[in-house]
Amino acid sequence: MLEVRNLHASVNGNEILHGINLKVNAGEIHAIMGPNGSGKSTFAGVLAGRDAYEVTEGQVLYQGKDLLDMQPEERAREGVFLAFQYPVEIPGVTNTYFLKAGLNAIRKHRGLELLDAVDFLALVKDKMKLVEMDQSLLNRPVNEGFSGGEKKRNEIFQMAVLEPKLSILDETDSGLDIDALRIVADGVNKLRSKENATIIVTHYQRLLNYIVPDFVHVLVDGKIVKSGGKELALLLEERGYDWVREETEAVA
Amino acid sequence: MKETKSIEWYKSRFDLFEKSLNGESKSELHALRKQAMQKFAGMGFPSSHDEEWRFTNVLPIAKMEFTPVFEYSGKGLRQADIDKFTFGGLHCTRLVFINGHLADEFSTHDPQPGVTIAGLRSAINSHSELVNRHLAKYVKIGENAFTALSTAFIHDGAFVHVAKNTEITNPIHLLFIVTGDQKVAVSPRNLIVAEPGSKASIVESYVSLASAPYLTNAVTEFVVDENATIEHDKLQDESLDSYHIGTIHFQQSRNSNVVSNAINLGAAIARNNITAVLNGEGIESTLNGLSLATGTQHVDNHTAIDHAKPHCASHELYKSILDGKSKGVFNGKIFVRKDAQKTDAKQTNKTLLLSDEATVNTKPQLEIFADDVKCTHGATVGHLDEEQKFYLRSRGVGEEEANDLLTFAFASDVINRVHIDALREQLDMMIHARLQRGRMLER
Repeated sequence: MLEVRNLHASVNGNEILHGINLKVNAGEIHAIMGPNGSGKSTFAGVLAGRDAYEVTEGQVLYQGKDLLDMQPEERAREGVFLAFQYPVEIPGVTNTYFLKAGLNAIRKHRGLELLDAVDFLALVKDKMKLVEMDQSLLNRPVNEGFSGGEKKRNEIFQMAVLEPKLSILDETDSGLDIDALRIVADGVNKLRSKENATIIVTHYQRLLNYIVPDFVHVLVDGKIVKSGGKELALLLEERGYDWVREETEAVA
Repeated sequence: MKETKSIEWYKSRFDLFEKSLNGESKSELHALRKQAMQKFAGMGFPSSHDEEWRFTNVLPIAKMEFTPVFEYSGKGLRQADIDKFTFGGLHCTRLVFINGHLADEFSTHDPQPGVTIAGLRSAINSHSELVNRHLAKYVKIGENAFTALSTAFIHDGAFVHVAKNTEITNPIHLLFIVTGDQKVAVSPRNLIVAEPGSKASIVESYVSLASAPYLTNAVTEFVVDENATIEHDKLQDESLDSYHIGTIHFQQSRNSNVVSNAINLGAAIARNNITAVLNGEGIESTLNGLSLATGTQHVDNHTAIDHAKPHCASHELYKSILDGKSKGVFNGKIFVRKDAQKTDAKQTNKTLLLSDEATVNTKPQLEIFADDVKCTHGATVGHLDEEQKFYLRSRGVGEEEANDLLTFAFASDVINRVHIDALREQLDMMIHARLQRGRMLER
């Protein structure tokens, strides 16, 4: 589904990613772990099409197409979804309006009929249960006045409504208490299928107790330095990131 | 430098006006007009050296030599022409003014005990005591050249009187239409008196069927007595080659409540002077404004809130969306007099610039003479938020739609404050259409 080849990216002329290689197949969950400043969020941002990042080298193929050539909205319409680390507040635009605009743009792109208000509401109510979200949040402006947990739940709720093929969860666990974490993780697990894939970007192993990854990759200084199964995450939790760095340096 | 040619022009129009008045020229009202004409002749139109007009050049208005209209004519107008401006048939009492004169044939009356809704011209006779007591007592004749000129040519306008403890059930819509192919000057003069404990919603709209440039120079005075409640919504949607000067004054007494929502869409140059005098304790005053401008439009909002007595609150939210090469001006004065302890005043001014060539001058002006008060003000000027745009796009919304959505959200913040549901919905649709049309024209 996704193939990242030797990806280099910079912010304001400073190279952050120094050649990332990653292959994600349908049905898989990949965790990308790393210390602060290792380039995790940059990687997630590059995949979603954030224009602060400049790709200087490499290639990203998504379902055989050049992902980097697409505008952010085209990526979304093709099924890429980014759950934001810091979900954005949009005063004056209700959550419902926001989601309906997105969903219908995606449906139009896929040649599906646009949903009217009634059908949309039925769909939305169904998906809200998934993340135990309060219905009153629907008619509130997007993320405005939401608690940290509500914002993150709102991200997963959007994911449920938009039904992406590739979801990238950027530090979705940060700032969540244990109940909220469980709810968010449950939502992700329920949405998991053979047809879609998920990339979880995180600093901590905590979320991976609830969402079990097939692969764990360690990102240090803009490069994936180690890959393994779910047990690698536990090792990182136990021993921190320094031993991976040391191991890498020793090899070099 | 005083521009004398325009003074001569309006003096000569005034002489003609006097001749047309016959017996009325000895009245109290006419003495007022004469006094106003003298003031105007002494002042002339303001120049940019005048601090109050520093960013708004009215020379195009001075040069144009507009002709005041002395008589009503509804010639060639059909009900269908009027219906375009009735907010989708808003359920209300409606007074329609054509070139500043009341058009009985197009107006609707919904008689209610305790409520008088009439043309000012007839009220001068039927309610002379009330009119003489209040007319031109709040907006000073010599406030500026435009109020002087408007007062000199007072002819007609709306007169609304709401008796003590009377609540007007339907809104009152004052619809001002300019029509024809002549460069006319219209000076509607409105007087609204809300007696103690009364409640009313007044909607003013200024629109055009005209094919020539014109000047609207309107003055509206509100007397809001003790415990009275007024909602005032104003839509300025004049033609794009015309000029609009609108002066609104709220004279508020103890425990009264005023909400004013002023929407500006039209005119080549629009200048609004909105003043609230809080002359009693426990008063609440809310002034909101939304201006949309594009092309070479110029829109200037001057507000003044005068806290004269203690324990009053004022809230102010003025927003502008400027596209093309348009210019915006905001000046917000808040006076807190020595007696006005425990004043709570909040002013917010936000401008959204949709192009690199649009400009804005914004100036909060707080003069505080009391020591136990809460006064805050804030002004922001900026473009659409990139992070919000990216968020929308990352959910599949196209770039242009994202821009429209965010721009509209910025505007609806003000529109949502209009309490009359049917009016708010109509304004919502208008703003939406206007923003989309603006985009197609500009890009």
